[in-house]
Amino acid sequence: MAAAATTETGARPSRAGRRRSIPAVAGTFPFLGYVAVFLLWPTGIVVVDALKNPNGSWAVSNITELGNPLVRGYFIGSFKLCLLTSVLGAVLGAVLAYAVASGNPDGVVRKLYLSASGVLAQNGGVTLAFAFLVLVGPVGLLFHASWFYQFPWGIGLIYTYFQVPLMVLVFLPAIDGLKVQWREASESLGASAWQYWRYVGGPLLAPAFLGATLLLFANALSAFATIEAWENQIAYVVPQQISTALSSEVGLSNVNVADLLALGMVITVAIVMTAYALLQRRAARWLR
Amino acid sequence: MAAVTSLGETPITAQARVPRGMQSRRRRRLNVFRYVVFTLFGLFFILPPLAMLRFSLEGAKLGTWSVTAWRQIASYQGSGIPPLLSAIEISLELAVITCAVTLVLLVPTMIWIRLRVQWISRTFEFLCLLPLTIPAIVLVVGLGPIYNKIQHFSLSALMLFWVYVILALPYAYRALAAGLGAIDVTTLSEAARSLGASWLSVMTRVIVPNMRQAILNALLLTTALVLGEFTIAYLLLYNNLQAELYSISRNTPNAGVLFSTATAALLFAFVLLLILSFAGRRRRGRG
Repeated sequence: MAAAATTETGARPSRAGRRRSIPAVAGTFPFLGYVAVFLLWPTGIVVVDALKNPNGSWAVSNITELGNPLVRGYFIGSFKLCLLTSVLGAVLGAVLAYAVASGNPDGVVRKLYLSASGVLAQNGGVTLAFAFLVLVGPVGLLFHASWFYQFPWGIGLIYTYFQVPLMVLVFLPAIDGLKVQWREASESLGASAWQYWRYVGGPLLAPAFLGATLLLFANALSAFATIEAWENQIAYVVPQQISTALSSEVGLSNVNVADLLALGMVITVAIVMTAYALLQRRAARWLR
Repeated sequence: MAAVTSLGETPITAQARVPRGMQSRRRRRLNVFRYVVFTLFGLFFILPPLAMLRFSLEGAKLGTWSVTAWRQIASYQGSGIPPLLSAIEISLELAVITCAVTLVLLVPTMIWIRLRVQWISRTFEFLCLLPLTIPAIVLVVGLGPIYNKIQHFSLSALMLFWVYVILALPYAYRALAAGLGAIDVTTLSEAARSLGASWLSVMTRVIVPNMRQAILNALLLTTALVLGEFTIAYLLLYNNLQAELYSISRNTPNAGVLFSTATAALLFAFVLLLILSFAGRRRRGRG
């Protein structure tokens, strides 16, 4: 009662005392200006330039160049790598997340793995490629993997290193959301472990699992540093080709190649992230 | 004797820990599964950094030990590239500047939105999380022309902070939003305002001291991000730590200093983020 009264009297004068000349929303202008200049403007430049010829005239038909075999090849390369590492990362991450979730919720193991996941999921970059190079590369300390420089496999292994922890972080809340009562109910009705997972646990976790896999896909798609440090002679994926296109002028003659590839990436990520958001909403219906 | 006692006690404690709804036989199988999984993943995560550490301590002959590579960090100079130490300095300075600008940009805006312009908060959140969906490599393509304009005024690599702030936005925003959500901003500010405080002192003397932990988290995340950033610096031809490591690896692939610096950078990021996760947890426990 007293608190409510304070809120009332406190709020009213401030609202009444607002001067009309400078609206309160002006307080957000510095932020909006900054974001406009360094985020929205660059993105706008990419979209506009992708639809223009290098000489500056409009050419919306450029978008069809995304189907050009040369361009398509880089996207196929990217999709291969992203599919491999997102599925591998999601499955392994889900297993690890389940192992973590089924333990003591206040235990040391859980704390350790959660903290480590937070660190390792961020831990892409140049150094990661070096670490795997000395572990399993041509002069590796553990063994010499002959496939280390073969396209999806070597780099796929390296990407898995940051995809698995990301999966643990994203998927653990979903597994924690499975209620003990559901398991009890199914067991008291005579369900085996397999039946529980097939008819109760699996369907409940499926949207969260798919959503997390999509997030991993987008994560792998945007990664550049690791793969560039792994192999910079051949461009396998879109980001590498963007880098090449930025530093040289080879490629399609009439198109701003870097901008076009970047636009393709934006479109892909937008689709993937929208699907992710929809699946997350679906998953939230049961698991809270 | 002790062994016998502990053996005798085991079934009781195990019994007590069995969650309802699961038989103890299945529980035992689950535990075996868990420890196998933890061991395998533990090895997978720990081996690459360990290998790098071992490599950085490699002596002149294979299999010997030496700290030369670690001593070289301070003095290394590859041919045709700036000294390693200058790149490290630039990365550290960038981290400081980026942290400062991110906080100055975000904290007052977030408090202000919370207090006065709630209706814009969804748009604001969307803008803050947007950089997550725009890959850094895409940002670079669009930034090229803008940075060319900036370069007319200054060629310092420190200018990278402009875009690093954008990269840090989602992480800093989430950390700060969690902190703001945990305190009753409206009541605090109304109390302060009714006692005659200006908006400025409401922010600096009432609300900010209440979200110290969130600010620390935002700082740690931003620092880790800036120290690990490669894509933008490399493609805009600036030399930060990661770009320098990359250049060294292209010139002299087996330089020991490469692995000692990389290990040091990795350890530093690890420590930062571990502080973050443990500090955050302790606070939650207390609250």
